[in-house]
Formats: sequence, structure tokens, C-alpha cells
Amino acid sequence: MLQEESDLSLIIAQIVQKLKGSNLYSQLERQAWASLQRPEIKLESLKEDIKEFFKISGWEKKLQNAVYGELSVFPLPSHPAAPPEHLKEPLVYMRKAQGSWEKRILKSLNSMCTELSIPLARKRPVGEQKELLNKWNEMGTDEPDLSLFRPVYAPKDFLEVLINLRNPNYENGDSLSFRTHLGLIQIPLKVKDIPELKECFVELGLNTGQLGIDDSTQVPPELFENEHVRIGQKVLAEQDSAAAQQYIRQGSPTALRAELWALILNISSEPEDVLYYEQLKTNVIQHDLLVDSLIYKDVKLTASNDDYYFVFEDYLYQVLLCFSRDTSVLSHFAYNSASPPKSYIRGKLGLEEYAVFYPPNGVIPFHGFSMYVAPLCFLYHEPSKLYQIFREMYVRFFFRLHSISSHPSGIVSLCLLFETLLQTYLPQLFYHLREIGAQPLRISFKWMVRAFSGYLATDQLLLLWDRILGYNSLEILAVLAAAVFAFRAVNLMEVTSLAAAEAVLADLSTLKVMPLLQIFLFATVT
Amino acid sequence: MAGKVKWVTDIEKSVLINNFEKRGWVQVTENEDWNFYWMSVQTIRNVFSVETGYRLSDDQIVNHFPNHYELTRKDLMVKNIKRYRKELEKEGSPLAEKDENGKYLYLDFVPVTYMLPADYNLFVEEFRKSPSSTWIMKPCGKAQGKGIFLINKLSQIKKWSRDSKTSSFVSQSNKEAYVISLYINNPLLIGGRKFDLRLYVLVSTYRPLRCYMYKLGFCRFCTVKYTPSTSELDNMFVHLTNVAIQKHGDDYNHIHGGKWMVSNLRLYLESTRGKEVTSKLFDEIHWIIVQSLKAVAPVMNNDKHCFECYGYDIIIDDKLKPWLIEVNASPSLTSSTANDRILKYNLINDTLNIVVPNGEIPDCKWNKSPPKEVLGNYEILYDEELAQGDGADRELRSRQGQSQGPRAGRSRDSGRTVLTTWK
Repeated sequence: MLQEESDLSLIIAQIVQKLKGSNLYSQLERQAWASLQRPEIKLESLKEDIKEFFKISGWEKKLQNAVYGELSVFPLPSHPAAPPEHLKEPLVYMRKAQGSWEKRILKSLNSMCTELSIPLARKRPVGEQKELLNKWNEMGTDEPDLSLFRPVYAPKDFLEVLINLRNPNYENGDSLSFRTHLGLIQIPLKVKDIPELKECFVELGLNTGQLGIDDSTQVPPELFENEHVRIGQKVLAEQDSAAAQQYIRQGSPTALRAELWALILNISSEPEDVLYYEQLKTNVIQHDLLVDSLIYKDVKLTASNDDYYFVFEDYLYQVLLCFSRDTSVLSHFAYNSASPPKSYIRGKLGLEEYAVFYPPNGVIPFHGFSMYVAPLCFLYHEPSKLYQIFREMYVRFFFRLHSISSHPSGIVSLCLLFETLLQTYLPQLFYHLREIGAQPLRISFKWMVRAFSGYLATDQLLLLWDRILGYNSLEILAVLAAAVFAFRAVNLMEVTSLAAAEAVLADLSTLKVMPLLQIFLFATVT
Repeated sequence: MAGKVKWVTDIEKSVLINNFEKRGWVQVTENEDWNFYWMSVQTIRNVFSVETGYRLSDDQIVNHFPNHYELTRKDLMVKNIKRYRKELEKEGSPLAEKDENGKYLYLDFVPVTYMLPADYNLFVEEFRKSPSSTWIMKPCGKAQGKGIFLINKLSQIKKWSRDSKTSSFVSQSNKEAYVISLYINNPLLIGGRKFDLRLYVLVSTYRPLRCYMYKLGFCRFCTVKYTPSTSELDNMFVHLTNVAIQKHGDDYNHIHGGKWMVSNLRLYLESTRGKEVTSKLFDEIHWIIVQSLKAVAPVMNNDKHCFECYGYDIIIDDKLKPWLIEVNASPSLTSSTANDRILKYNLINDTLNIVVPNGEIPDCKWNKSPPKEVLGNYEILYDEELAQGDGADRELRSRQGQSQGPRAGRSRDSGRTVLTTWK
């Protein structure tokens, strides 16, 4: 009991510390001072009166949402004597693996730099700055020569690294048994099985109304949809993050989604936020980074060719270029197993006083990175709001999809979860695919790394991402991947090569996500 | 009922031919006995012309109405709509209600348009009222964006003025006729880009009016960022959304072709603007299509051998008001991307299922009421017979109630046409 209490007070202290540095703190302080003018605030009962005032005026709610937001990303409780690396990643071998992967990426980036004789960063001449400012809203029409640039890495390179991950303390012996994991990931991490998933995702059950199922044309809206919309509006009126997160587990109505996501992510567009974005924009104008070319290339290769997202090409540049200059993103490395790459001012290699993080936000984009932003363009058309939402989504969720860690929502766990689900519940299919050289993870990996963006139809993708926000977990991606295989199992059993298996699973744009998930979790005989 | 349908076409497009062949129909030439002729607009002129025309027999169907140009020529369309509005006004119909500025409340869906050179003076009067406006000049008889240009100064169209020395009454043939319309310079932009809507509408009969809307219409985006600045007036890639023009721009993409499905538009608008205004927008779009058809119905030669699949071009402005730009009698059957080919193939397929029931030799005396199952991706847009069956007085009540509450555009129970809550 005492341990829990001291744990709790530790957490509270840490959150208070964190919030003290935030904008909300100064706003609350200002509000408290201003409230002294109000007649109902009496000197004798100052503390209580101000608390009451906060409650009535909605500021307490804002504080509540902020605390809730902090709790959502707060790392799992750990030993009080644990060093900060443990917050990033408790397992040593994972940390080591992430470290060497990072070294490889940086090496690749540096060699591209040297090969092309392009500096990692340079200040733009004034003329170029002016030009860029004029073209800010239509950078898509710019056609710089990107032929020599190649993405620093693609998901399949990352998959190879994960396949070769080994826990040096784990010895599973040479003999194969029914316990042997047949998949590519050979790491002993704990993943949930279907009974546990059913408990975790209980709101997706057969007896609960869902958007994505119970709002289809055959179902009269009086049965579920109308009431659900009404509740959604109420949640928004209350401005309660926690309630919104609970509500969205059943899906969000399209008209309310933008506001609900902003509420859950605790994003409010204050003038300071817009100003911050403008400042980032200025940074982009003044300095040119090598990663900018990588971003251009990525957008041109992916989103520009996508049936749904090509329209928003210019927004993607505006968001991603600013993102790479945003040093506030560095704070998420406290709980990310990855570390920002360091670079040194020319000629001062190794001297710590001349070390800078490169890129400034510490995140090197890979092939497909822009697809994290693209679906958000359907919800937010104001660049600074779009930017804030994306940044928050990244530091809460997306970073886990390309860093090596033991976190349950980390990509390693997702891969293992996917393979385990398949092996346990579709053993015949798994075995068959393995036999023909078509390890299922080789096909589904790219879906999970991109959180299915670019593979599903946008309305379905948004319903999926509703649940990511609702459950504060990425595990649903692995479950969906398994559900897709289950759905196409009959066709997959007939293929005889990896290429043919890829072909069966090439087009997911007609899939309806929620029925697939529901059937896989709740209607399959286990 | 034996005997295969014999088809002819003078439009060599695979989306057509594949559809005929998959039904096991037999290709013949136009001089033989044919049942189904998918013809170009030149050919329909010949078939129904006084000199070269011939009577069609009961088992022959063609894909154009003889005087479709009442709707598909830009000047005649405007003329018919203006006439229709005046008629309604004379009858005292509530549809013709005007606001305090004299603008029609429900029937103002075509941008102000004048015929040149006939209405030149009227146009000048209108132009002088708002001299900073931009106008778009379109030749009456051309398509694919040919011959279109923008003007913002009277001097740019001097040669159409009636008393200009450079024009001559002799050359007032159809070829020189232009329409000039107020350019919508505040179009709704998505991702900073201008777009228009292409919707397919099938009309099987004008009296009673029976029309179907294809659910899979699409938005055509300009490749270049939209700017209302006057310096870009000459840049056709900025202003015209015809694919024929965009295709030659530097940034044309052959995977998506700059096209977006209408469902994406709906999702985007619902997410960013809300459900009510989006439903209202789509309701208005359906409304203006039906009104345009009603406007030409009285003058249309409702030949029972005919059906027609129109391509409607609609622009939405930034107040979410839809404008009818033009109607095409021969929407392009060329496919610019793979998705496009699939869409047009299915369009023809669903069209044939409706107008040639069961794929059997047609009898043009049939009641033109296909069963619901064959509609495919079409939805009933308006069925005059059904509407009249429910009583004409419903029209007024439903019309008043139009702005209240969203009406989902999806059919719920069999047979009900929810798209037409106003009759």
C-alpha cells in the first residue's frame, strides 16, 4: 500500500513538474490573479473560492485534460532507482540493437551527403528565401532534381533488422516442438492472445454499437447512430478528454472527428501555437536541410501518387518541413528507445560543445513517412492545427512504429502479436504460407509500419485510427493485419509463391475494417 | 424471344465494345438491321434530319435524343432555363420566388450568362455594374475546353460587339456564337486547388421525366494552384479543369489523373464543414440537375427510341453553392487512368442494363421502368410518375422543408427514392 502511495506521489510530482513548464500553467496563474477582482472570491476562503471558480469556468476541465494527456504517454512504472535509459527502454539488448540501427542510418545519411557533396544544412541566400516564401503554398509544383537522392531506409530494411534481433539470455534449444514460434520474430515478448484482446477491446464486441458497422445503409439510424452522434456532441460540449477517449472506442461520426481528436490529444489552437508554427516556417525559409530533399522525394513517391491524398501534396510539405525543425519534439526521446542523431559543426568532430541534433527534431524520415500526415489532411485544413495534431500523433503513437523497443505498442511487439495470432488461430494458413516461402510478416509489415495509411480507403482508415486513439494502443494494427489474412484465407491457401500471396493481398481498398476486426475477435471459434 | 441484339457504333472505344461483346451481342454495320446504335452526335443529327433521316423501328434504340442540344449547347441550355423560370414566375409557383435583390431563391444555379453577339449590349450593362469581375468566353458548339478564354476588360471582346466594324452579320453562323458567363472566381478550393464535379445522369424518358444519377461521379482537379490574380488569366492549367487540357500540363499524373471520387469530397466536407451543410450541398446538386431537365423537357423530342447519358459539369463555390456550368451529350469515354477505365466500363454496363432490359432485343414500347436490382451504381434521381402518384400538393410542403434537417442520400427501403424528397 505504502509503495503504491509513494509511486503515486512520485507520478504526481513528475506531472506537476512537467505541467509547470507548460502554457497552461501560466494561463491558470493569470486566471487566478484576474479572479481576485470577482466578488465571490473572499480573502478568508481564497483557496476554496478560486478552486470553485476554476471548476465553474471550465479551467479545471482543461487542467484535467492536460493531466490525462500526460498520463497517456507516461511510461510504465519502474523501479525508483532505474536510470533514465530504462525509461526509454528497459531491456539492454533492445537498446543496443536500436543504437546500432541508428548508427547505420546515420552512416547512410552521411555517405549520401559526401557522395552528393551536399551539406547537411546550409543557410539560404536571401534571394532563395524570398522565392521559397512566395512558393510556400505550392511547393508541390517545384521540381528539384531528386534523382540522386534515395530514401535513407525503407520498411523492409527495418524488417531485416527486427528479424535478426536476438535476446542473448534466451535459449530455446535446437529441437523444434509445438512451442516453436514459426514466424520471423524470434524474441520472447509477452503478447496478448484472443481472450485477452477481447477483454481489452471489449467495446468492439458484437453487442455494442459501432460506427463502421451499425451506421451502414441497412441499419435504421434510430437504432444506434443518432444516439451516438448525440452523445458525441455532448462529450464535445463538456470538453472532457477522458470521456472523449472512451466515446471514440465506438467510432467517431465524421462531422465530429476533427474536434474529438483534438480534444483527446489535448490540442487547442491558441495564438501561441500559431505563432510557434510561423516561427518554424521562418526556420524553413532561412535554412535548407538535407532531410528536406528526403521529404520532397518521399512525398513525390508516395502521397502524390495516391488516389486519396494527392490533393494535399502541398500541405504535406508545409507540415513535414516544419516538423523537422521542431526542437520541442526532442522531449519525446525521454520515453522513446531511439535517440536523436548527433552531428558536429564542420571541423569540430567529437567536440561536444559543437554537437547539434540533426535534424533539429531528431527524426530522420524514411520511405513512406509522409503517409502519417496524409490522412489528417481530410480533417484539418488549417496548416498550424494540422501541424499540431500530427506532431502529437507522432510523439504519442507513430514513433513506436519505427524504433526497436519492448513496449507493447512497439513495432516488435506488434509483429510478434500478429505472427502469434496467425499461428495460434490460423495454423494451417500460417504453415502453408511458410512452406511456400511467403512468411506472412513480410507482407503485413509494411501495413503496420504505416498504420495502414495508403492501404485502406480513407474513411476506413479514420475509423481504425479512432480506435488507436480510443484505446491508446497500436495493438489494433496487428489484430487487423491478422484479420485481413483470415478474411482472405481461402484464396491464400491456393497460392504457391510469395508473389502470388502478395497479389492476393495487394488491394485492401475495398475492405471494411470494423466487421473484420469484430469477426476475428468475437465471432471466430477459438 | 431468340435472336441476339445487333449493335453498331461509330465510336471506337473499348469500354463500349467490351460491354457489347460480354453480353454476346452481335456487331453489324449501320446499313444492316441493327437494334442498338451507340452513336456520336453527328450521326444522331443525320438519323433525325429531314433529308437523310429514316424512321426507327420498334426494336431499335439509340443513345441520343434528337434535339439534345436544347440541353447540351451552352446558349440553348441557358435560354431554356431562363424560359422555364419565367414560366414558373408567371404561374405564381413558389419555386420561382425571388429575394429582395431580385435573385431567384431556388432557381439561381446558372452563372449570369449572355449570348454573343446577340446580347452584347445587355452584357456590357451588366459588366459595367461590376467592372472588376472576370468573365469566361465559351464557344457554343465546342467541347473539351477548346476555344475558351477569360476576360476582364471589355476591349478583349470588342469583335463581338454588334456595332463593331470588324464583325459582320454575315458571319453570324453557329460557329461564331459564344456565350459569356460570369466567372466563378471564388471556387471552393481543396488543398488550395480548384476542381469541378463531373456527374453522370441517365435520362430514359423526358415525359414523364425519369432520370438516374450515377453514384460514382468524380472531381477533376487542376494541377496548378488556383489563384484569382489577373496575371494568371491566360494560364489555362489554373482555370480549366477539363482533363483534355490538364493532361498536357507538366504535373499531370497518370495514376490518379487528378481525379477524386465524389465520396472523398463528401468525407472531406463532412469532416471539415459538418454534416448538415454537406448534405444540403448534395441535395442542391441533385435539385439543379432535376430542374435543368425539367426546363428542357417541354421542348425535348421525347422519342421513345431514345435514351441519353449526360455528363454534368458543376462547380462549387466557397459558400458551398453549386453552379451548373454545362451539360455534355457525349461525355468522354476515353480513359486517362486505370481507375478511369474501370469506372467508365461500369458506367456503360449499368446504363445498358437499364435501357436494354435483360440484354434482349429491345421493344421501345416498354414502360421504361427497370426493376431496382439492375440499377447497379445508378440511383433514381427523379421519377415523375412516382412523384405524381404521391400527389402534387406534396411539392410545396416538401420544398419548404428542404433546408431543415439532413436527409441522407441513401435509399433505405426498397423502391423509395430518398433522393427526391421534393416532388
